[in-house]
Amino acid sequence: MDAAKALADLVEISSQIESAVLADGDGTVRASTFADEVRAEAIAKEARELLTAAAGPAGDPSQVQVAFHEGCVFVVSDGERLVAAVTGRDPTAGLVFYDLKTCLRLSAEAEPAKKAAAGARRRRKKDEEPEEAGDEA
Amino acid sequence: MKRRLAAAAVAIGSLAGAAALWRRRSGAGKDRADVYFADGSMVSFPEGSEEAATLFPIARRILAQARS
Repeated sequence: MDAAKALADLVEISSQIESAVLADGDGTVRASTFADEVRAEAIAKEARELLTAAAGPAGDPSQVQVAFHEGCVFVVSDGERLVAAVTGRDPTAGLVFYDLKTCLRLSAEAEPAKKAAAGARRRRKKDEEPEEAGDEA
Repeated sequence: MKRRLAAAAVAIGSLAGAAALWRRRSGAGKDRADVYFADGSMVSFPEGSEEAATLFPIARRILAQARS
């Protein structure tokens, strides 16, 4: 499952999530619910900053929830990528975290499959090249 | 006499339950930052703490950008 599909599923499954951004560790946006790319990039950057600011003696946090009267901000990281989401007030935090972690896991699972497919394509192309060259000779 | 004692016990229990519920609900509405680590530990920073002063402005910017 690619990042966009994982995020689309997340928003469909979790009615509490208003908007979300899935990004690489360096802040590069992989998918978001925003039409505006600049806004998605800004949120991914702030989410990265929130994780860095929340780091403690136990290292970098894996999950952060900041709850305000007007709504909540959630950020979950697997070390390589992060997903940030905004909800209304008093969400069921456990459920939101579970859905965000599932989204991260599904988008991460797509990476090795994509890489393997690309590798197979490259190998196939390489195998075919000498034959074609041989036919021409 | 027994009936009066039972009624008083029920009344006191109801009041205590209502007070606990009110306290829980009013506490749940307060601003806070909950930080979870990979080793399973969790720290909660309430409004007014030094950590909250760092984390809240970043989270408020995210909330504002998401809803703008």
